[in-house]
Amino acid sequence: MNFSGYDPGHFYDELIDTQGKPREGASLLIDRISGLPDGDLRRRQEAAELVLLNMGITFNVYGDDAGAEKIMPFDIIPRVVEAADWTQIESGLKQRIQALNLFIDDIYHDQRIVKEGIVPAFVVESASGYRKECAGLQPPSGIWCHITGTDLVRDESGQFHVLEDNLRCPSGVSYMLENRQVMKRTFPQVFGASHVRAIDDYPDRLLQSLRYLAPEHIPSPTVVVLTPGIYNSAYFEHAFLAQQMGVELVEGRDLVVVDNLVMMRTTQGLQRVDVVYRRIDDDFLDPGVFREDSALGVPGLMNAYRAGNVALANAPGTGVADDKVVYAYVPKMIEFYLQEEMILPNVQTYLCWNDDERSYVLEHLDELVVKAANESGGYGMMIGPHASAEERADFAERIKADPRNYIAQPTLALSRSPVIVDDHFEGRHVDLRPFILNGEQIYVVPGGLTRVAMRKGSLVVNSSQGGGSKDTWVMASTAQEGDHA
Amino acid sequence: MLSRAADAIYWMNRYVERAENIARFIQVNLHLSLDQPMQMRSEQWAPLVKVTGDYDRFLERYGEATQESVIDFLTFDREYPNSIISCLDRARENARSVRQIISSEMWQQINTFFLMVSGVHKGIALEVPDDFFARIQMVCHTFTGIMSATMSHGEAWHFGRIGAMLERADKTSRILDVKYFILLPQVQDVGTPYDNIQWSALLKSASAFEMYRKKYGRIEPRDVAAFLILDPEFPRSIHYCLLEVERSLHLITGTPANTFVNEAERRVGRLRSGLVYTDIGEIIDQGLHQFLDGLQAQLNAVNDGVAQSFFPVNPTISND
Repeated sequence: MNFSGYDPGHFYDELIDTQGKPREGASLLIDRISGLPDGDLRRRQEAAELVLLNMGITFNVYGDDAGAEKIMPFDIIPRVVEAADWTQIESGLKQRIQALNLFIDDIYHDQRIVKEGIVPAFVVESASGYRKECAGLQPPSGIWCHITGTDLVRDESGQFHVLEDNLRCPSGVSYMLENRQVMKRTFPQVFGASHVRAIDDYPDRLLQSLRYLAPEHIPSPTVVVLTPGIYNSAYFEHAFLAQQMGVELVEGRDLVVVDNLVMMRTTQGLQRVDVVYRRIDDDFLDPGVFREDSALGVPGLMNAYRAGNVALANAPGTGVADDKVVYAYVPKMIEFYLQEEMILPNVQTYLCWNDDERSYVLEHLDELVVKAANESGGYGMMIGPHASAEERADFAERIKADPRNYIAQPTLALSRSPVIVDDHFEGRHVDLRPFILNGEQIYVVPGGLTRVAMRKGSLVVNSSQGGGSKDTWVMASTAQEGDHA
Repeated sequence: MLSRAADAIYWMNRYVERAENIARFIQVNLHLSLDQPMQMRSEQWAPLVKVTGDYDRFLERYGEATQESVIDFLTFDREYPNSIISCLDRARENARSVRQIISSEMWQQINTFFLMVSGVHKGIALEVPDDFFARIQMVCHTFTGIMSATMSHGEAWHFGRIGAMLERADKTSRILDVKYFILLPQVQDVGTPYDNIQWSALLKSASAFEMYRKKYGRIEPRDVAAFLILDPEFPRSIHYCLLEVERSLHLITGTPANTFVNEAERRVGRLRSGLVYTDIGEIIDQGLHQFLDGLQAQLNAVNDGVAQSFFPVNPTISND
C-alpha cells in the first residue's frame, strides 16, 4: 500500500503536502509504510484492533443496550505534529490555562472582569457550569483547573485554533496512552527510528500534581480517583488512571464524611482520604449541596472541602469555563489578566444573545455551525452546509427561543490525515486534544488524543458519533533529541 | 483495601472456580455416558443439575433432562445465573470493577476468555464437546496461574483465594453428595465393572482420580468419601480448602492461628478443626447425606461471616 494515488483534496493534510510529498516530520514514516509488503499494513491494523479488544479498551454508548460495549475505532497510521507547531501549541495552551484559572478564581471572588464590563454578568451566571455555592472557595494554591483537555483544530492554512475548553472532567488521556502502547507493538522499527516525544510519564506527573494539592503537613497523602462506576462511559479511563498511579478507585458509596474528614471504607475500617481526583460532575458530588437526588456523591464532601480537609481536582465550579459563550471571551481574558496577546487563536464565534450577531447567524445558517453553549460530545449541534432545510428551521426556532444558549462559528475546513480504507488510504478530518496539568507548574503533555471522523466527509469526531482515534506523534526538535534517547 | 474491592475480588474468583467445576462435571459426564447402556444414558444427566441445587428451575424451563438440555442450561443459558456463560460474565464484571487492583494480565485473560465463550457458536462448540469443556477448564486454571504469578500475595489476593476455596469446597461436597446418593443403593452392582466406572467418574469429576489411586489403589466408596472430604493434601478435598481459607483469613487479619477476631475466622476455625478429628466411619454411620448437608450450611455461614466482617458496602454487581 502506498500514497501514489492519495488525494489530500482542498484541505490541510497532516502528513502529505499539496505537492503530494510527505511533510518533513512524516517522511520517514511514509517511506517505511510504503515499503511494506502487500497486505502487511492490513494485518497490522487487524492485530492492533485485536489487542484493543482483548485489553477491553472499550467505551459504553448510552441508550444502546444491545452490546453496550464498543471498541473505539483505531487507525494505525499516526498523526504527526511538527516540533515547531508544537512549540506554538504548548505556549498557547499554557497561556490559556493561566488566564482561565484566573478567570474562574475571579468570578468566584471579586468578579473584577464583570465589574469592569469585559464579560457580562448574565453570561457568567447563566452558564450551566456556574455554581454560586462555590463563591468564596479558596482551593489549594489558588488552582481550580488541575487537569484540562483542550480541543484544537487546524484550518486549511495549517493554523491551529482552540475549538473548545474542557475543564470539568476531560476524558481521553487513557486512549492517548494506550494508543501509544499499541503503536509501539505495531510499528516498533518505525517508532524506534522516528524522534517521537515520550508521553508515558503522564500518570506519574498526574500523581505528582494531585499530591501537590494536599496540605503540606501530610508527608504521604492518600489520593483516590472517584468514579460514577462501571456503567459510566469513561469507566475504563478511571480504572486505568487509578491503576497506573497505584491509587484506589472509589465510588461515592465507598466514601463517608466523619467530623468533616473524608474517609474510605476499607476491610480494616475507615481510612482518611486527602485528595480526590473526581471524575463525576459537580452536580453529583455532594447531594447536600448540589443535586439532592444524587446517589453517586458523598454527603458532606463540600463541607470537608471548604474546611480544607480534602482537596478536589478539578475544583467544583470550573465547568463555568466550558460554556461556549464564556469560551468566546477567552481572548479578552488573556488581555485582561495577563496583558498579553493570544498565542493560540479561538475560532471566530457569533454570540446569539447579541442582537446583531443573532441576525447575522439566522441569515447565514446554511454556512455556519451552530452549537448549544452547554452541550458536549457532539450533541446539540448543527452543521449548516450538511443540514436539511428542516433542521435549519428547527435550529432557527431554538435560537430565537433561547438565544443565550446558542453560538455559531464558520464551518471550518478541518485538516485531514490519511486512514486505511480497505486497500488504500483516504483522508479523514481530525482534531487534537492535548492534556494540560496545572500544579507546581503548567505542563502540557507532548502528545494528545487525535480524534478522527471515520465516516467519509464527516466533521464530527466524537466517539459517541462514530469517531475513532489515532496515535499522535509530536516530533522532537533537534534540541530535544537528547531527552528522547 | 476498599471493602467493595475485596468483595469484587472474592466473587470474581468464586465465579471462575464455579465455571471450571461446571465444565469439569459436564466433561466427565460426557465420557461416562458413552460407557452407559443406551437406555440409561439420559438418566445420567439429571443428577448434574441436581448438583447445582437449581433442579426445579431447570424443570420449569426445559422439562426433561437430556444431554442437550442439561448442557444448554449449564453452559449457554444467560438467564440462569450459574451457567458457565453467566459465571464468566459476572466474573468479568467484578474484574472490571477492580481493574486498578488486579494485574493487567489477569484482566486481559478474563476478558479474552469471556469473549471466547460468548462469541462461540453453540453448534460448533458442541461438535467436539470434549475439546470445548477441556478448554474452559484449562483457561480457568490459566487464570488462577496468572493471578498467582502476577499479583502480589497480599490482602487482595487472599480475598480471591478465600472465594475460590470456599466455592471449591462447596462444589466438591455437592458432587459427592449427589453421586454417592445415586451410587450406593444399587447393592447388586457393588464390585461390578460398571460400579467401578461410576466411582471413577466421581473421582474424575473432582480431578481426584489419579491422586486417589496413588494413595489408596483400589476404589472403595468409603475411601473415596474419605479422600474427598478429609484429605489434608489433595487440593480439591474439603479439608484442604478450609485449611487454605483459614490460612488466608489469618494472613489478612494478622491474628495468630487457633484464635479469632471475627466471625469468619471463628466459623472456619471451628469447621476445619472439627474435620481434623472426624473419622470417615463416623460420617458414614451418621449418614453421608446428612453430614454433607450440614457441611454446606456451615460453608454458607463462613461465606456470610466473611461478608459481614469485611464487606459492609453494597457490591456493584449483585452477587449471590
